Amino acid sequence: MEWVRPAVIVGMIFIVFNALIIASAILVYAERKIMGFLQQRYGPYLVGPHGMMQPFADILKLLFKEELMPKGADKWLFTLAPVLAVVTAFVAFSAVPFGAETTLFGLLDEPIKLGVADVNVGVLVVFAVTSMGVYGIVLAGWASNSKYSLFGGLRASAQMISYELAYATSLAAVILLAGSMSLREVVDSQSGTWLGFIPQWYVFLQPVGFVIYVIAGVAETNRAPFDFPEAEQELVAGYNTEYSSVRFALFPQAEYINMVTMSAVATDLYLGGWHLPGIPVWLGWLVFLGKISVILVAYIWARWTLPRYRYDQLMYFGWKWLFPASVLNLLATAAAVLYFNV
Amino acid sequence: MFETLSFYALAGLAVVASALVIGQRNPMYSVLMLIASFAGLSGLYILLDAPFVAMAQIIIYAGAIMVLFLFVVMLLNAPQEDAAEWDRAHPFRGPGVGRFGALLAALLAVQLAWALTAATGLSAGVGERTDAATVSSIRALGRMIFTDHGFAFEATSILILVAMVGAVVLARREGDS
Repeated sequence: MEWVRPAVIVGMIFIVFNALIIASAILVYAERKIMGFLQQRYGPYLVGPHGMMQPFADILKLLFKEELMPKGADKWLFTLAPVLAVVTAFVAFSAVPFGAETTLFGLLDEPIKLGVADVNVGVLVVFAVTSMGVYGIVLAGWASNSKYSLFGGLRASAQMISYELAYATSLAAVILLAGSMSLREVVDSQSGTWLGFIPQWYVFLQPVGFVIYVIAGVAETNRAPFDFPEAEQELVAGYNTEYSSVRFALFPQAEYINMVTMSAVATDLYLGGWHLPGIPVWLGWLVFLGKISVILVAYIWARWTLPRYRYDQLMYFGWKWLFPASVLNLLATAAAVLYFNV
Repeated sequence: MFETLSFYALAGLAVVASALVIGQRNPMYSVLMLIASFAGLSGLYILLDAPFVAMAQIIIYAGAIMVLFLFVVMLLNAPQEDAAEWDRAHPFRGPGVGRFGALLAALLAVQLAWALTAATGLSAGVGERTDAATVSSIRALGRMIFTDHGFAFEATSILILVAMVGAVVLARREGDS
């Protein structure tokens, strides 16, 4: 049965790739529908039952549009930027585990791990690849040869530097607790319960870290209230002003996939991954999907509820509040780990 | 076999990209080529069974420092070098300061040649990885940095702090409060 292993890997890549594409389509629909409800209207309603075919109508429309490139744009980078954005978004998810080991009800001799790659520095891989995603936005802003785009790109790079520190420091606290950088081992160290009913999730040990992670995550994915690179009221559409057709479509797709990755990593690190007391572990991937969905709905909810911050407020908040708070959190965690010897 | 091929591919990427960094007239492309070169280096670290170092390379250099570089290049909107200036700045054609560049390049070439010939004796040891386990273990790495190399680590951090303070002082103009 030598062909099983490569076949499993290829199959896993195929499944994850398509799941992410479908997830971004669902998120487009969810975003428009939830936005509609929050604004007391129906949202998409006409295409398919309850407007459910709306994302497909959207992408068809974009496919048939003309691809425009501004005069004086940098031809290579203008083409490369959206590809870079979407590729890093897909690659980042490859190190995220989403379920326990399974033999598919005894179908396979060896158990397979649900997740594309099980890397022993998985946390760092996700972090490294998502941090490369900003180049797509920055390059798009620069290559467009447009002042609005350039401002969007500049803001993206400044914002990213301000938030990545707090983000990484909050991750380090969880790594200290778990004693491992492998996301799968972090998840498995959260499997038990306290007092029989409180699940041993790190969110209860790291409430501050979790809040910092979520805030920095919203800033990392450039979502409202931190969507400064787009900021349509001031920058037209920011970094993607000059883009049209499929090239344009790749940017929101990258953003939605990044949201999924961010939620999946939050689930793995803080919310116990596929563990939920009372649910058998072979149903874990459904638990995982449920937890991700909750975070994603909160993401969309926040976007349509909170107004955008001013740009300097974001920098001020990132450097003077979020980063010191995450350092203190890390110090306290390190002291606790030493003291209680966990 | 696979390892050798990956080594040459990644090493080739790192070398070619590094050469292109100085061969570009557009500073934007230079920055991008430097990122590609870092990616090649990080791949080499993975081949050496040091995934932590590889990821640190990507996160710190390619992810953070190069974003800062890109920010500065974009903010200053550095112009492309035009051909006339290129001729003047060319190490083998320019006068005065240009000659110094040529001297440095020659020196570097000699040093590289020396390093390559000196390193041939080491190639017998390639393939033995006695330290692979210690290098890839973050716990061991941390312990090594904070005990054996504690002084160097602290000295480096002070050096960086001094550089940072110096940059702030230099950037502040007279009369600014």
